[in-house]
This record gives sequence, C-alpha cells and structure tokens, in this order.
Amino acid sequence: MEAKVWREMGLTDREYELIKEILKREPNYVEVGMFAVMWSEHCSYKSSRAVLKKLPTQGPHVLQGPGENAGIVDIGEGLAVAFKVESHNHPSAIEPFQGAATGVGGIVRDIFTMGARPIANLNSLRFGDLEKPRSRYLFNGVVNGIGWYGNCMGIPTVAGEVYFDNSYAGNPIVNAMCVGLVKHGDIARGVAAGKGNAVMVVGARTGRDGIHGCTFASEELSEESEDRRPSVQVGDPFMEKLLLEACQELTAKNLIVGMQDMGAAGLTGCVCEMASRGGTGMNIDISLVPRREKGMTPYEVMLSESQERMLIVPRAGSEEEVKAIFSKWGLEAVVIGEVTEDGLLNIFDGEEKVACIPAAALTKGCPAYSPEEREPAYLKEVREIDSGKYSFGNWNKALLKVLSSPTIASKKWVYRQYDYMVQTDTVIVPGGDAALLRVKGTSKALAVTIDGNGRYCYLDPFCGGAIAVAEAARNIVCTGARPLAVTDCLNFGNPEKPEIFWQFRNVIEGMSKACRVLETPVVSGNVSFYNETAGEPVFPTPTVGMVGLLENIEKRCKAGFSGEGDAVVLLGESKDELGGSEYLKIMTGLVSGKPPVIDLELEKAVQECCLKLIDQGLVSSAHDCSEGGLAVALAEGCIIGGRGVKIEMISDLNPAALLFGESQSRILLTVPWEHISKAETVSLDLGVPFNILGRVKGRSLTFIVNGTKFIDLEVGSMEREWLEAIPCLMS
Amino acid sequence: MKFGVVVFPGSNCDVDVYHVIKNVLKKPVEYIWHRDQEIDGFNCIILPGGFSYGDYLRSGAIARFSPVMKSVEKFASQGGLVLGICNGFQILLEAGLLPGALRGNDSQQFICDDTFIKVENESCPFTIDCAQDEVLKIPIAHKDGNYFAEASLLRELEAKGQVVFRYCDHEGRVSREANPNGSVGNVAGVCNESGNILGMMPHPERCAEELLGGEDGKKIFKSVLKWWEKRGGRRGS
Repeated sequence: MEAKVWREMGLTDREYELIKEILKREPNYVEVGMFAVMWSEHCSYKSSRAVLKKLPTQGPHVLQGPGENAGIVDIGEGLAVAFKVESHNHPSAIEPFQGAATGVGGIVRDIFTMGARPIANLNSLRFGDLEKPRSRYLFNGVVNGIGWYGNCMGIPTVAGEVYFDNSYAGNPIVNAMCVGLVKHGDIARGVAAGKGNAVMVVGARTGRDGIHGCTFASEELSEESEDRRPSVQVGDPFMEKLLLEACQELTAKNLIVGMQDMGAAGLTGCVCEMASRGGTGMNIDISLVPRREKGMTPYEVMLSESQERMLIVPRAGSEEEVKAIFSKWGLEAVVIGEVTEDGLLNIFDGEEKVACIPAAALTKGCPAYSPEEREPAYLKEVREIDSGKYSFGNWNKALLKVLSSPTIASKKWVYRQYDYMVQTDTVIVPGGDAALLRVKGTSKALAVTIDGNGRYCYLDPFCGGAIAVAEAARNIVCTGARPLAVTDCLNFGNPEKPEIFWQFRNVIEGMSKACRVLETPVVSGNVSFYNETAGEPVFPTPTVGMVGLLENIEKRCKAGFSGEGDAVVLLGESKDELGGSEYLKIMTGLVSGKPPVIDLELEKAVQECCLKLIDQGLVSSAHDCSEGGLAVALAEGCIIGGRGVKIEMISDLNPAALLFGESQSRILLTVPWEHISKAETVSLDLGVPFNILGRVKGRSLTFIVNGTKFIDLEVGSMEREWLEAIPCLMS
Repeated sequence: MKFGVVVFPGSNCDVDVYHVIKNVLKKPVEYIWHRDQEIDGFNCIILPGGFSYGDYLRSGAIARFSPVMKSVEKFASQGGLVLGICNGFQILLEAGLLPGALRGNDSQQFICDDTFIKVENESCPFTIDCAQDEVLKIPIAHKDGNYFAEASLLRELEAKGQVVFRYCDHEGRVSREANPNGSVGNVAGVCNESGNILGMMPHPERCAEELLGGEDGKKIFKSVLKWWEKRGGRRGS
C-alpha cells in the first residue's frame, strides 16, 4: 500500500508499522480506514489520555464513570442521572445548522443508549464578534439547528452560555450536553456479550454522509475545510424521536444485553467498542446493513456516520420482539451478525471477508503520546495591568455598555427559540444561574448548568480551569442544590504545538484540583483539539457541565431579588482584580492582566454557606457574582426580580475593580432583616466574609460608594439595554 | 368523564397532558395510539402538541391521515369534545375540522415564551370555568402558529363567537405588541360552530401547577369537567 493512503487518512508512518505488527500482515484498505478513525485523536484520546488521568472520577454517588456512552450518578430512591457533553465545533464551522443539530442528536443518543430518558439539553457556544456577518451567520445557524433538533425531540433546552470573542471567529465552539433520568434497574451499557447472541442495527438507513467525520475533527480548519461539507452529517430529529421511544420500550421490557449509539466512527466504532468492553468478538455481514444509497463499498459502510442509528445486542431469543417494537415505530431492525468469543472482528460482505481485526487493537492499541510542552511567550506580555488606569468615570454609561455587550446581555433571543418547558419539569427557567428541574413522583429537583471562561484560561490556564469548575458549582448552589458531578468538554488548539499542550495540561490540573476540593468527580466528557483556523488557536476553552441535587424542591432559591426592604448581602470578598474582565475587554479591547485568583477552600466555604442559608430558609434570593462583576450581578438581580436596590458601601478599592472586577467566590444574596443576624452567624462560623451592601428598594439601582453616587439607573432602562442588545445586532 | 390523549409518531406533549389530567386533576385518562380506531368510551379527545411526523411537508399535514382521525371526526360530529393543542390545532385545521390555517411565525423563528390570552367566548365547553374577557397567562412554543383567515371568514368567526382566545397584554389589551406570531386579529384559539372542537396554540398543560409558575391552564381542563357535569354526562352541545 502506498504511504499516501494512510497518511491521507491521518495515520503516521509509525502507526502504520504498528498496525502491521498487530495484524502480522499488511492491512487492506478497509482495515486501514477502520484503524484511522479509531486511532484518530477524536476517538483514541492518544495525546490527552495521560493528562486526563489526573481528573478525579470516583465518588460515593458515581454509578458509571468515564468510558461509557455517558456517566451516571445516583440521586436516591432508585433513580439516577446520566449526562454527558460533546463538541461539534468543526461541523458547525462549515454547516452551522446541521452541524449543531447533529451535535444535539449525537449527545441525546448517548443518553438514551444508557437506558435513560433525556430530560434536559444544555449548550455552551462561542462565536466571533457579532459585528461580523459571518459570526452572525454561524450564531443564527447554530441556534436554529439546536432548537430544531431538541424541540422536535421534545427535550427541553434549559440552560447554556454564549460568549463572543474574535478568538472564535473562524472556529466556533458548539458543545451540547444532555441529561437523562434512569431507574437503576434500567441502566443499559454498550457491551456485546453472550456467544451466539445476535447483533442488530436499528434505526435509520446507512448512507454516505459523515465519512471520516472524526478524522476531520482531528485536524485544523483551513481554506479547504469548506470542501469537507460532505463530512458533515445530516440530522433527522423525527427519526431520532421514534428511535428514542423504541429504545425506551426495549429497556423497559429488559430485552437487551447491550446497545450503543453509532456516533463518531459509525459502525466501526460501535462494533469494536461493544466487543472490546465485553471481551468478545463479532462476525458481521455488512451486506445486510440497510442502505439508502446504492453501490456503497464496504469501506463506506464501515465508516459512514449517518445519524440516528444504533447497534444492539438483544437477549437470546428476543430478536422478533425487538423487531416488532421497532416496526410499531416504523423503524427497521436487522440482524447483521453475532457475538463471538475470539475477540476478533470478522467483517464480511456477503461471502467475502473484507476485514479481520482484534477488537481491542482498535480501542486500546493506539499508542499514547506525551506531546512536548512549552509555556507560551504571550503570557509574560499580557499579565501586567494597572487597574487604576481603567476607571472611566461615567459609571452609569459604563454599566449600560457592559450590560449591552453580547456576552453579558440577556440570551433571551437564544433560549426563546428553544422549547425550554416541554416535559413540564422546568421550575427555574433559563436566564438565571442554573436551571432547576423537578423529578416527578419525588420531592427532588435537579439543578443543571454549563460554564467556562476561555479568557481566564488564556491568561492563566490553571486558574481558568479551576474557576470553570468553581463557577459551575456556584451556579448550582445558588438554586439550593448540592453539586454532584461534572461532565467536561475540553476545546483546545492543535496539541502537536507545545504551547497548546502546555495550556491543556495546566487547565486539566486546575480543573482537577477544583473537582477534588468541591467533591465533584468527572463522570464523562470529550476532548476537542485542533480548534484553529489558519494556524490561530481559539482560547483554551474547557466547558464544565454540572448536575446538582436538591432533596426538597420546596427549598429552591431563585436569582431575582425579591422582598422589598430585604438586605442585600455579599458572601465573599471583592478584590482589586480587573484582569481578564469583561469590562476591560469592552472598554479597551484588551484581553490582559491576571485573571482573578481562586482560593478553593474559601470557594468551598462560600458554597457551603450559601447552601446552609438556603436550606434554613434565611434568604429570599441568591445570585452568582461573576462575569461583569458586582455591578452586573446587581443589575441582573434587579432585572430578573423586577425590583431596585440601594447600595451604600465604604471601600478603598479603585472604583472600576469594585464595580466590574470579577473576583471569585462571591454570591449575592437578599436576606429578610429578621434573619440577618442568624445568617451572619452561619457565615462567620464557616469563615465566610458577610457584608451587608444595602437593601432591596424601589425601581432603581443606586450604588453609593464612600458617600458618592456612582450609579443611579432605572431598572427598566437597564433591562431594555440588556434585553435588546442581541436582537438589535441580529435584526 | 374519561379523557383520551392521541399519540402520533412525533407527539411530545402527550405525556404532559396525560400528567395534568391524571396527577393534577386526578381524572381517568388513557393514551390512544394513532393507529387505533376504537375510541368509544372516551368523553374528551385531546390531540397534543409536538412534531407529528416531524412536521415534514407541513405541520399536521401527515398526521391527519392517521387511522385515528377518521374516528375523531365521527366522534366530533356526534358532539364529542375534541381539544387540539399546538400541533393538535394544526392537525385539526389540516383535517378541516376547524376553519382557517396556521402559517409560519412572522419572525420566522420558533418562539417559546409566556403569553397572555383573553377569553372572548366563555361559554364553550373549554372555557366555561373562565370569566368573560378574563386574561390567562399560558405559554406558547411553536414555529407555525401564525393564524390566518380571510377577512370575511374572520368576521364570520367573530360574529359566531368562534374566536375563543386572542393574544393580549397582561391587562387584556389586544395589541400588535402583544401578538407573538403575526396571527390575524391576534387569534390564539378558535372553535367550530357548535363549540365542541377547540384548537389553541398556547399550551394549557404547561401551566396547571403553581410550581411551574401558574395555574391558568388548569381552567381549560376544569371547564371541560364542569361542562360535563352540568350536562349530566351527555354528548352534544
């Protein structure tokens, strides 16, 4: 075989030699294709594996950690939550609607493959500045695609985040997360077991779309990427809705040994992963796979990433019952082979054997790399700033400007296009900190959120990684729920560049430390490298999806200020930290300075304190103080709650840092006066700074510092700027 | 009084309607698979929201050919109560059981949001628990909810009290600003001449519990129960 063949598929010469050693012969074309997709960075984690081991994955609630289609966490009463996040950045960059839609479709299948019913979708998105037509095109297409797929499936899209920065102009970030609910007894896994058991392909027919999708995900975007449009899969949410209902019937009737979504690497990925997990092999005849196109070669069938398909291994003797269920939903279910004991994947096309590979060679045979690392040179330049220099004086204007920057502004334009109410469980709707979903038939509720800040990670990867976890947890805590576990999506540039890998390792170490301190293990996730355009990487952008549990839904807490006259209290401390802030970027265009430091022990204490205060019924609202700083948190509390506040503070911080600095570990509360001393005692016992800033009052945000009125704005006028910013740019 | 909730392939609010009837109102309810034609024994049939057949071709255009629709038609012609919510409304229009049509929202976008609707006809079986001109807060979630009827038809519907709901603001003003999707005359729901078939775009099942931010939607279901009780359990209007 010519070297060109494997190189074009993304294999190195050394990897090709290794394949020859494993097979003890030259691989054929189909086999090279199968190795190439499974050994791609996207599927094999060959560069990231060693570093990912640093993340904690164990915990008392964890029923299923990384390595399956999704992680699963116990929530008591025989119930569990399955969740995972995944990237679809590259497909979305060239075909935003289908790219984002199939991102949702893929992650939803990962959840119901585990036997869970999907109850919520979330997403984390990054685009270039909205002034640019291309950013608007991508933003609009992605939001449309996400809505189209999730709405049709009847899964509410309840939370998310959107950032705009030119670092993402060429390579947007589209991370989709899904959360499902499952009874312990119904948990399914992607395992092929039981010699002689049938192997069935169910759902949609196989076409030529998405071939080498995961190889495409493992290279940088360039001028030629547009030609990759055929590598983008095409979604059919109606088909997937039928598939979901049929699969739910399968698990309810206990008809399966294992099942797996055909996602990245299609049929190849499914057969080798299921066999490898079960320590088994499979004989497969691909001439039996239902096609939607004529003349497909074995190579194309094995590598197609056509959507809405699953591979299942039914319990012996239940094949006909499985077929009947699928037929009721108008779907095909076809036996294409059987489970064997020899650990080999024997792929036939009718009589002819077209491939023979040990399953484990595809899933575990890929060499792990330890890429070179180097601290990026830019860090020294960007770190030093003097925040005093950036006080512009007219604070009313500054606040309105920050509120109307697309990153800070209301995302109602986005979530209004998502059905966030279907299934009638959304008790706290999008627009606050985390969303809260009731669990019908219990008194429990689940809080869900997704968070990350690429700017912080660019300026200090370790710190940014830790903050991503801390902030997600803080969002959860503000609803009254206790954080349970994490799913992470790690979006980085090309890991072959030492600077990128240095960023990657440091972010993981920061996340790892925060996960340990906050006791939130990572149960699932996804790495997305090669997020670069024309050699320019995106900011290192980990996004952290988190699920929390509130045992008693009656104790839930909302973000909007309520209770006229209540005290406005800040837990935690504001410091002279303007570095990496949204304010600095808006006012100067600079992404510079040191991002806020994070003391994880204090963070833990602040969160414990907030949970305790909510649990004891001492607060009337709780809101995370993060991007945009104290002034923005106050404005949001006012707008969401429809009330004003009067703040009177004594402070020697420079005003810009006081108003807009993004110091960590801060939560804004409103506390009825009759509870104030009790609340203060709780806080001080936990060593958490407790400062009364003012009270809920009237219809304006008034902010007085050292006797000088810095801000005096009507809630209505702030709300207009905040609500209208994105619709204005998009119309 | 027994409710039946039709399940088309792609329905996704079937479970929500079922939940409200069973767990909130605590009344008997069963699902009806779209291939079933046997619907005797039900007193009110609900066509729920969702994306029947993926809304491919046109919202509701394929579902109207489901076998169950023949039975629904017969049931309705005998005075049986039929409520179509969102996609169910679209199906009723496609089936010709209600007048008018639904087009794409004027914004071209899917919209999920709370809306206020004014009860313009409080005497049909689905609204008798409401007061005249009462303002209800009920959410919408649709892309094709832009109601259209020719001017003459609209006048006729208005004259006969068939315009049951109109979008309004929280104080009941029927204005352009309060119209979320471009519907003519802010129409949010219409009934047939005899009042036993209602189609509405807002989702009453989504606001039938205080926990979800309001209970106004419950009034639609309670009206049906009240009407049924008043008539001593007889069909016809």
